[in-house]
Amino acid sequence: MIKLSSPFSDVSTLSSGDKVLISGTILVGRDQAHLRMYEYFKIHHKLPVSVKDAAIYYAGPSPTKPNEIIGAIGPTTSSRMDKFTPLLLEQGLKVMIGKGKRSQVVIDSMIANKAIYIGVTGGVGALISKKIISQKIILYEDLQAEALREIVVEDFPGIVIIDAKGNNLYI
Amino acid sequence: MKIIQSTIIVEHVQNLCIQACCVLPADVIKSYEKAKNNETNNIAIEVLDQLMDNASLGEKELIPVCQDTGMVVVFVTMGNQVQIKGMSITKAINQGVANGYKKGYLRKSVVNDPLLRENTNDNTPAIIYYDMVEGDILTIDVLPKGFGSENMSAIKMLKPTDGIKAVKDFLIETVKMAGPNACPPFFIGIGLGGTMDKAAVLSKKALLRKANSIHENKFYQQLESDLLEEVNKIPFGPAGFKGKTTAFNVFIEAYPTHIAGFPMAITICCHSYRHKGITL
Repeated sequence: MIKLSSPFSDVSTLSSGDKVLISGTILVGRDQAHLRMYEYFKIHHKLPVSVKDAAIYYAGPSPTKPNEIIGAIGPTTSSRMDKFTPLLLEQGLKVMIGKGKRSQVVIDSMIANKAIYIGVTGGVGALISKKIISQKIILYEDLQAEALREIVVEDFPGIVIIDAKGNNLYI
Repeated sequence: MKIIQSTIIVEHVQNLCIQACCVLPADVIKSYEKAKNNETNNIAIEVLDQLMDNASLGEKELIPVCQDTGMVVVFVTMGNQVQIKGMSITKAINQGVANGYKKGYLRKSVVNDPLLRENTNDNTPAIIYYDMVEGDILTIDVLPKGFGSENMSAIKMLKPTDGIKAVKDFLIETVKMAGPNACPPFFIGIGLGGTMDKAAVLSKKALLRKANSIHENKFYQQLESDLLEEVNKIPFGPAGFKGKTTAFNVFIEAYPTHIAGFPMAITICCHSYRHKGITL
């Protein structure tokens, strides 16, 4: 088990199949947040938040119960974010966390930008919620479950699916 | 004539939504255990352990097992000797969904229009199918359908002379496309026959069956078992991290069809096989 913590400045030493425990600050965003960041970049030529050496978790939690930190928060299907991903990688994003396949365009961009893709077991949202220490919405509050969040995690378990050389664990 | 107040339906649907999303049925947990005993890959075993731990946590703390608490599909079987007083049954079911998703802290994932995409904020409307029968029975089955797996579902109009091989080929093609995206191991619903739309509904209805249950018709019992064997030759395994269990079950619902056609629909359901029903 390899410990990985933010900021994620060099992840190129990790290999496909490595089990990791992630700690520190990571972004959480999915479809609509990606679309908005992408549209923002087209106008302003920069992203609304820095993704340099950052990790992003593709997820949209269920509502938080009273006295809890966050609701269920498992990964969503990563490939829906593929069309926006090369831009984020070019802007310094180093770690993506989600479930499912990625396109060849994304994999090529990962190699060029020395980034990795970590898989998390889908559908265990209750279990994963216990690995989160804090959360806050940083952008797009109107999107509710789809808002862009910043979460702090401790020993968040994952497995490197695609490494920075393009090796892929999925068949 | 059996008279049922609509407020009773509201309350039942509310509870069915919360229970379905937070508490997995015992037969589903049994499928996880059985698969764990059959797996040799350590990661596959770990994933199945995670599924069981997650299910315990959902039940203990009444939190959804998956954050995608779905769009609610409801199957209603209603006898002609049943009368609903107050709201219409459709309105009562939608009210129950709205209440359940609010009170149960379930995610509101429904948008008002596929292009305008404004959240309806109460997870309504539900997709409701009615089957009108004789007698005084009223059965309501709630199936909160997650879209990670729904997105990998598929439909095809086969040729009338294509036979079983075409069924197998289309299933394998669909499962290969779904892969790790749709959270394997799957429960697969197949609708055969009818019209295009009927096949799709049947593929959903098939997912009301208990995990590991066998078809009442011998021919389909064998076909389900053969198809499951074929699917599990694709070694996606739990969470797609490789293994022997790519699907837990294949369930088929068949219906009469036209001489010129053979509609086939496949609904992929992830390992969170969520459904709950009540008979009033």
